Amino acid sequence: MNDQHAAAPGDIAEVEMRGIVRRFPGVLANDRVDLRVASGEIHAVMGENGAGKSTLMSILYGLQRPDAGRILLRGTEHSFGSPVQAIAAGLGMVHQGFKLFPSLTVTENVVYGSEPTRRGLVDRATARARVAELVDTHGLHVPPDARVADLPIGVQQRVEILKLLYRDARVLILDEPTAVLTPAEADRLLAVIRGLARSGRTILLVTHKLGEVMAVSDRVTVLRDGRVTARLATAETTPAEIALAMTGRRIDLDRTHPAGTPAADVLEVRGLTVSAGRGAKPLVENVSLTVRAGEIVGVAGVAGNGQSELVEALAGLRPIDAGRVLVAGRDVGDASVQQRRRAGLAYVPEDRATVGAARDASLADNLAMGFHRTPPLAGRGGFLRRAAIREHAARVIERFGVKAASSAVTIGTLSGGNQQKAILGREITHDAPLLLVEQPTRGVDIGSIENIHARLVEYRDAGHGVLLVSAELSEILALSDRVLVMYEGRIVAELPRAEADVHAIGLAMAGGDPTRSAAAADPDAGDDASSTAPTTAHQV
Amino acid sequence: MSFDAELIFSALRALTPILFAALGGALCERAGVFNVSLEGTMLIGCFAAVTGSWFGGSVWVGVISAVLAAMVFSLLLAIGAVTLGADAVVLCIALNLLAVGLTGFLLRTIFGKQGTFGDPDLKGLQPVDIPGLESVPFLGRALSGHSPLVYLSWVAVVVIAVLLSRHPWGVRLRGVGEAPEAAQSLGVSVARYRYAAILTSGALCGLAGAQLALGNVTLFSENMTAGRGWIAVVAVMLGRALPIGVLLAGILFGLVEAVGFRLQGEGMPQQAADAAPYVMTLVALFLATRSRARRGAAAPPGRLTGRIPRPRRFARTTSESQS
Ligand SMILES: Nc1ncnc2c1ncn2[C@@H]1O[C@H](COP(=O)(O)OP(=O)(O)O)[C@@H](O)[C@H]1O
Ligand SMILES: [Mg+2]
Repeated sequence: MNDQHAAAPGDIAEVEMRGIVRRFPGVLANDRVDLRVASGEIHAVMGENGAGKSTLMSILYGLQRPDAGRILLRGTEHSFGSPVQAIAAGLGMVHQGFKLFPSLTVTENVVYGSEPTRRGLVDRATARARVAELVDTHGLHVPPDARVADLPIGVQQRVEILKLLYRDARVLILDEPTAVLTPAEADRLLAVIRGLARSGRTILLVTHKLGEVMAVSDRVTVLRDGRVTARLATAETTPAEIALAMTGRRIDLDRTHPAGTPAADVLEVRGLTVSAGRGAKPLVENVSLTVRAGEIVGVAGVAGNGQSELVEALAGLRPIDAGRVLVAGRDVGDASVQQRRRAGLAYVPEDRATVGAARDASLADNLAMGFHRTPPLAGRGGFLRRAAIREHAARVIERFGVKAASSAVTIGTLSGGNQQKAILGREITHDAPLLLVEQPTRGVDIGSIENIHARLVEYRDAGHGVLLVSAELSEILALSDRVLVMYEGRIVAELPRAEADVHAIGLAMAGGDPTRSAAAADPDAGDDASSTAPTTAHQV
Repeated sequence: MSFDAELIFSALRALTPILFAALGGALCERAGVFNVSLEGTMLIGCFAAVTGSWFGGSVWVGVISAVLAAMVFSLLLAIGAVTLGADAVVLCIALNLLAVGLTGFLLRTIFGKQGTFGDPDLKGLQPVDIPGLESVPFLGRALSGHSPLVYLSWVAVVVIAVLLSRHPWGVRLRGVGEAPEAAQSLGVSVARYRYAAILTSGALCGLAGAQLALGNVTLFSENMTAGRGWIAVVAVMLGRALPIGVLLAGILFGLVEAVGFRLQGEGMPQQAADAAPYVMTLVALFLATRSRARRGAAAPPGRLTGRIPRPRRFARTTSESQS
């Protein structure tokens, strides 16, 4: 979108980081990193999980001090002791986890800490007007008076951006902004980012999604193991080249796996209904499906159409209101989670940080969960055998390639991809006939995605059934032997592998009527044209 | 028993110490500090009020001593909970115990008394007649003729309500309580706001103590707060840490105390009358919890009601969700 970005060596860069070094015990998170960002460009910082992207951005934003290196903004050297100083110097950062006040309104959140006042009191009218003006100028579509808690996550993120704009940030740092978004929300955010760059702001976009980078960025800096491995102009590169720089090896980005050979049913669901409470439309309505041993059944759909509720009901986390659920032939309609697991079910939940793992427990303990009641991990009298737990952990870590300093570290300190590998590894190790998997690669880097996909296929080929729920259409297409599409709590299409393509699924995801897909995907959007196609930038 | 102006009068008087303490508790709650040291801080205020008034020879020396002593006392909570990061609840329980022991000890060493100190020469708060209002029938007798601190407590409700809803300081305080990391990231010092909330709460508890020891009665007796600080904690909860809510909850408790006192005069056993506020507290808590459970997710922010609302989807899972 602008051709001045390829700053000639003599030019003054908007942001320049030189020789940044940051050590953590046992890890060199940043190793002499140089980053040069020209004014008004969208600069992508890419790298797998753990590559050091967040560390580099935290240093730029004053959250951490580098062990060595210099930071220059428009040629002037800065050394920030806190984000407050960075904000004053024109930087702004949207963190991976939002920092908002849920019970306050959008306006209150935006002006917090630098409120306009009149006669000593907060001048709400002025505050609101300023926020409304920013919303309009940048096309952010955020209602200034809504309570933040009531807003969808995609809108909350735009509130974070508003906060930066209100503070006149010239440089916006977005750390994995699309990781928490639905595909339609992600597209929308990318459109906003483009607009911001057009208005003269400089964007640092941290991500590991190739599609996004190709779609919006001007230049790319790639990190691997704390070191810069490539500096590329987006227009002159390819996804494969970036992927190579990120992982150090060739990755087949559009690999599909050979079909499975289905056998007996491992999951049979008949007329399953989950209600949302009195009077409301059911979350899951009269759903029937089967999963056979040796097949992966993909459930596609725009997020929020009942997929999560369906899986939670199957896993026993949500009461069912009607219908039958048979796991490996046993009726588990109102069985406890433990009983379901005994019947032959394993589960990788969508929210790995809170449902899938005990964040503050060690990796070893997390991997032992579910194995802890029976030998070999439990000894006589039900007492745990620490040595056996460590061995068990070592086996899972080795087999699934979990990167961790030791099995004694708390699982919360691992990168998202490694947490996911650990949880998937634990569940696969259960060797249950049926595996429920939700969003297995959300927020996970490409190298790990490949690994996780290979494990799922391997698991299927070993004669197990997999029910895969994913918002990433590419994932559904790459793995599924059969595709079910959910729309408004119902299964509206069932497509065999041969007939499942982006077009057919996309149509069904939108309720069969393509003009409705934008509305379903992003209820807050009034004008959004980019969200109709479910297969744009978020696809790897 | 009749529901007359005198009853309202004594209800408003009984309300005042609870209201002051509860306003302090509400400020702390809003700042994200669960302050259950109101009882002990108020007791310190009672003792300092009597001591100041006795040695200073003026009731206002008493009131100011109460405020200062209670602020110093709550400084302990601020240092422990904010600077040193100790658990506020545990610290508060220790402070409550300390207050009982310390005032009992000082009563003996300073006044040479055990149990109670009172003296005809001890100066108490004098009633204020509101011009114009005093001659209005009913209202005059109910609202006029209170101690100045009673009126100050009403002013405090309005000031704190405006502060919290409209003043930058109050808005930031609420933010600090709700999402401290977010506040910090915008350059608002969480520690500073929490110190301010805790010290203000101390001052308010000092006023509560002064009203109790120099207004409602004119004496100090060991443990004379008798659970009013705990009732204030409940008022914070029932009033959802909103000044007006806290006022309404306080009025309820004031009424119960006044009615109990009245019934005692009409032959009800003293024990039953004394127990009435605590029974009321239990009933109120029970009803509030039930109605909140029915409203479900609409719980307000704050620690009393659970800062992290538990999503419904986990309702049926326990440790087994991991197994
Ligand atoms: N506070 C910390 N303490 C110890 N190690 C850390 C800390 N923060 C990051 N690391 C380590 O530094 C490396 C880079 O992490 P990070 O910058 O978060 O990567 P990215 O954002 O690219 O996924 C990782 O190995 C991570 O485990
Ligand atoms: Mg990161």
